[in-house]
Amino acid sequence: MDALVEVSGLTKRYGGTLAVDGVDLTVLPGEVYGFLGPNGAGKTTTLRILTGLIAPTSGSVRVLGGRPGDARVLKGTGSMIESPAFYPYLSGLDNLRLLAEYAGVSRQRIDEVLELVDLADRARDRFSTYSLGMKQRLGVAAALLKDPELVILDEPTNGLDPAGMRDMRRLIRELGTEGRTVLLSSHLLGEVQQICDRVGIINAGRMVAEHNVEELRGEQELVVRATPRDDAQRLLTRFGNVHQYDDTLRVQVDPDRAAEVNRALVEAGIEVSELHTTERALEDIFFELTTAKEKTDVG
Amino acid sequence: MLGSYRAEILKLRKRSAVWVLFGAGLVLSLIFGYLLPYLGYATGDDNPQTDGVPRAEILRGMLPARVVDNAIGGYPIFAGALALVLGAIVIGGEYTWGTLKTILTQRPRRGTILGAQFLALGTMIALWVLGIFAACALCSVGIAAAEDGSTSWPGVGDLLQGLAGGWLVLMMWCLAGAVLAIAFRNVALPIGLGVVWILGIETLLAGVVSSLLPSLKWLANVLPGTNAGSLVFSVTGMAASDAPPGVRDAVGGGRALLTLLAYCAVFAVLAAWTTRRRDVT
Repeated sequence: MDALVEVSGLTKRYGGTLAVDGVDLTVLPGEVYGFLGPNGAGKTTTLRILTGLIAPTSGSVRVLGGRPGDARVLKGTGSMIESPAFYPYLSGLDNLRLLAEYAGVSRQRIDEVLELVDLADRARDRFSTYSLGMKQRLGVAAALLKDPELVILDEPTNGLDPAGMRDMRRLIRELGTEGRTVLLSSHLLGEVQQICDRVGIINAGRMVAEHNVEELRGEQELVVRATPRDDAQRLLTRFGNVHQYDDTLRVQVDPDRAAEVNRALVEAGIEVSELHTTERALEDIFFELTTAKEKTDVG
Repeated sequence: MLGSYRAEILKLRKRSAVWVLFGAGLVLSLIFGYLLPYLGYATGDDNPQTDGVPRAEILRGMLPARVVDNAIGGYPIFAGALALVLGAIVIGGEYTWGTLKTILTQRPRRGTILGAQFLALGTMIALWVLGIFAACALCSVGIAAAEDGSTSWPGVGDLLQGLAGGWLVLMMWCLAGAVLAIAFRNVALPIGLGVVWILGIETLLAGVVSSLLPSLKWLANVLPGTNAGSLVFSVTGMAASDAPPGVRDAVGGGRALLTLLAYCAVFAVLAAWTTRRRDVT
């Protein structure tokens, strides 16, 4: 299966600042790919490169088999990068009309995307009067205007209320099930966990992981609540990696060894008040990966 | 290209600031071309504002035969400044609103979009020139009818030459505003710098050169304002004594035309080069 987005060794340098540092990324047809990272990690810079807005310093980038920014590539790509930007004195409808003129899209498609994002009722109002959520929805409508094969959305739920976020997630999921490919950036881990098939985690300009969401979450852990905690943590390192989460310890160990872990703790005079297995949340993995990276940098 | 052009026309057509600028240019043309001279004419030969110019002479200046003088006489300075503001707000707005990224991620290439923007600005400026001409023509006809003056018009060739010359002057200043907006990715700074240049620095330079540094006359004669004034002087054929501020016979009409065309080309190439090469952040 040919990838729709193939990025290899991508680097972007602004003067002395390395915004993106050797990123490799692959987005396959029909998948919803989550591009996850804290603010300032290099997500938006990468997406700008993919849409041809900025040129990479080095590395290779192929989008839909072509060079970012080429007319053929842009025709098959719909995007919303950073905050949605439209002409404030024009209505939502007129903003879409002029984008349709640029892209060679029919008037009928404008009506369709307005319905899709539930903005048809306010389409004739000026963009400047829109709430943040409505602006965001118009941004998504603009991204879908060309009926694109690849949809690139940068933080699409920013500014949406909970109901709006839910609707947006549903819409993105639908885009994925329609066979469209979606590349979605977010710093909201729950969001990515709910709607993405695969996820790439970027931190400080570097890709620190790229896996299926299920694969990433697949490793089970033992959750241990024990007193004294420091002694328990020291002992548990014999079984696997240990990290603290709230007031519990999480041990990456085969759950079948739970009894053995319990016995070791008790024999060491440590009181165990809770011990069970859990699936790791993406949030844990994210912090683990990004913190590990920071520690490596400091070291 | 056609789709991009239609999109740009839609943006300009629906932007109130564009019409405010056009309205300001038109009203100023009428005030300085007709209203003030007519008040001077109506108050008689003794009015000190007319500086002893006979009433008949003032009336002649407002009749249809001089409509081109009144329509484009203000272009090198005040309408030029408004055209520069137009170029700066239209192109600079794409940066301040962040809409450049939105349109660049549609289908056309950067050069196509910029070309469409310039073409649309040229179209709107042509409408502006025609609008000012029509208003001036109406005023001159009204004054001729009211004062029983001559209703003879300039020849079609003179009219076309005058309007085309006026369009080129405004287009040059508009492109100057556009290229400044691209350079600064902003609206306010290009407007400030451009207007100070048109209204102050060029006049000051011309004054200093003519009085203190005559050896630098060649420098003053390549400035855009000097050539704009010379082209207007040439296409209207007005007398030096009738010429409004900024309009003078500094260089010949042919040279002024070529210089303005060169400025337009340089501004357009600079804008295209910068737009195509620069990251949109």
